[in-house]
Amino acid sequence: MERYYQKEMECASREDMLAIQNERLVKQVQHVWDNVPYYRQKMEQKGVTPADIHGVEDLHKLPFLTKADLRDAYPYGLLAKPLEDCVRIQSTSGTTGRRVVAFYTQHDIDLWEDCCARAITAVGGTNQDVCQVSYGYGLFTGGPGLNGGSHRVGCLTLPMSSGNTDRQLQFMTDLGTTILCCTPSYAAYLAESIHERGLRDQIKLKAGIFGAEAWSEEMRRDIEKQLGIKAYDIYGLTETSGPGVAFECSEQNGMHINEDHFIPEIIDPDTGEVLPEGSQGELVFTSISKEAFPLLRYRTRDICVLSRKACSCGRTLIKMCKPMGRSDDMLIVKGVNVFPSQIETVLLENGYSANYQIVVDRINNSDTIEVLVEMTPDIFSDSLGQITDMEKKLVAALKAMLGIYAKVRLVDPKSIARSEGKAVRVIDKRKI
Amino acid sequence: MELKQISVFLENRAGQLSAITQKLSQAHIDLRALNIAETADYGLLRLIVNDTDAAVQVLQQAGCIVTTTRVLAVAVPDTPGGLNTLLEILTEQHINVHYMYSIFGHVDSLAYMILQLDDIDTAAAVLAEKGIQIAQPKALGIH
Repeated sequence: MERYYQKEMECASREDMLAIQNERLVKQVQHVWDNVPYYRQKMEQKGVTPADIHGVEDLHKLPFLTKADLRDAYPYGLLAKPLEDCVRIQSTSGTTGRRVVAFYTQHDIDLWEDCCARAITAVGGTNQDVCQVSYGYGLFTGGPGLNGGSHRVGCLTLPMSSGNTDRQLQFMTDLGTTILCCTPSYAAYLAESIHERGLRDQIKLKAGIFGAEAWSEEMRRDIEKQLGIKAYDIYGLTETSGPGVAFECSEQNGMHINEDHFIPEIIDPDTGEVLPEGSQGELVFTSISKEAFPLLRYRTRDICVLSRKACSCGRTLIKMCKPMGRSDDMLIVKGVNVFPSQIETVLLENGYSANYQIVVDRINNSDTIEVLVEMTPDIFSDSLGQITDMEKKLVAALKAMLGIYAKVRLVDPKSIARSEGKAVRVIDKRKI
Repeated sequence: MELKQISVFLENRAGQLSAITQKLSQAHIDLRALNIAETADYGLLRLIVNDTDAAVQVLQQAGCIVTTTRVLAVAVPDTPGGLNTLLEILTEQHINVHYMYSIFGHVDSLAYMILQLDDIDTAAAVLAEKGIQIAQPKALGIH
């Protein structure tokens, strides 16, 4: 039997949901207008005032927000509540060194955790379950989000964070974990380790919630088969709160968007025009219930399709497909957002040339990133020690910028493939 | 005494070294000594040739990253303890040897080592004082 965490919202009629969205949107636009001069100015430039927004049908009149806006307004420019009302930040790496910092009031944390609780309940989670959260904890939203959701559902929560496979497997077997939350690549890695160590009979897993990374249906089937579980996708981004913006249900065919908190739109990434339902385009979210960091019409850069087709799980929430790509050049490596421009900045700051190439691969189910840099006369010397010292400094600077290890490889001048005179910046060998 | 060594950046790939020797051979450049220092991903090829300027030009035209460095060619008696004598003198003077390699063949029954050191001029003076011969480029067939 399908279980819901907040049935009145998850299964609301379209009319009821629209009424909630209309009311919350109008209130939210006023809240932003009153408290966020940065966005108010954008509205004024577009000639829009809160009086023009009567409901969802007027959403298209509002200006967009992009990652560049988050960068320009860093750190407090988009904050809509006094700092004394905020209780938490989460963060993700941003372009050219500036991070995205999202603020939360207790109310914001509550609704975020509710969203995650809906996701856990949708995969069958109850207070009888043992939920192992193996997403990273800290600034990354994965760990804290699912941790809070798991508490709300009443699961026994294992706040494992990522890594330390021995310990993960020990707790999984000793405490009888039934629900695993982590990135799909780590799930695949854990599945392999369980298989290698002959622990398959000792695990009690029944479901997994795997997000923050692109993964294929094939990978889903692999993980499900190896672990004997059902594997579910979850979607979110730090800018809008974190995981739980959308989640998969028993149908395992697209993710229900928590529409009472986030209104989705699909736009043409080139013109910004709203596309009719069912079209493929860029996903845009408006958060209508968040207090501290309420982004209106935030462009996610994820390309996907929305569907209102009736779902067998009984939820009426609109569904989004897995993101099919990006409308910018952002890469997601080990769940971390990586922009080529970040790498370029670090290279130039460290005296290297801008002739580089980023090679992303997935080896043993784990993402790898390698930066090929062409040698130049400026950085070349007769001392191997000097060259390797410089290389070590570059690796450390990249780690500081990206938050993950990137291997550096110095290559011959003009050896990086160029197309029409322009170097090919990114080679993604992952078969997702 | 002024001896110039050519250093070339070398990516660790099959055929990289032969591409360079091919260019040099086409330009009729004769190798006097060669040494490779390496990491897992790349290497540093060090060359002493009969015509340094011509070799640099050929390599740069071929798109190589090249730099030249002053080094010493020191005569070492080809007998047991020959190299040790030389190193003891440098140690006494606290002169650090960064790297060394030998030159092809013998000249006047002496083996020659190419040395890169902290302070080339002091080293040359000290060695000469102790009766150790520093090779002139000409003696080694270098223009």
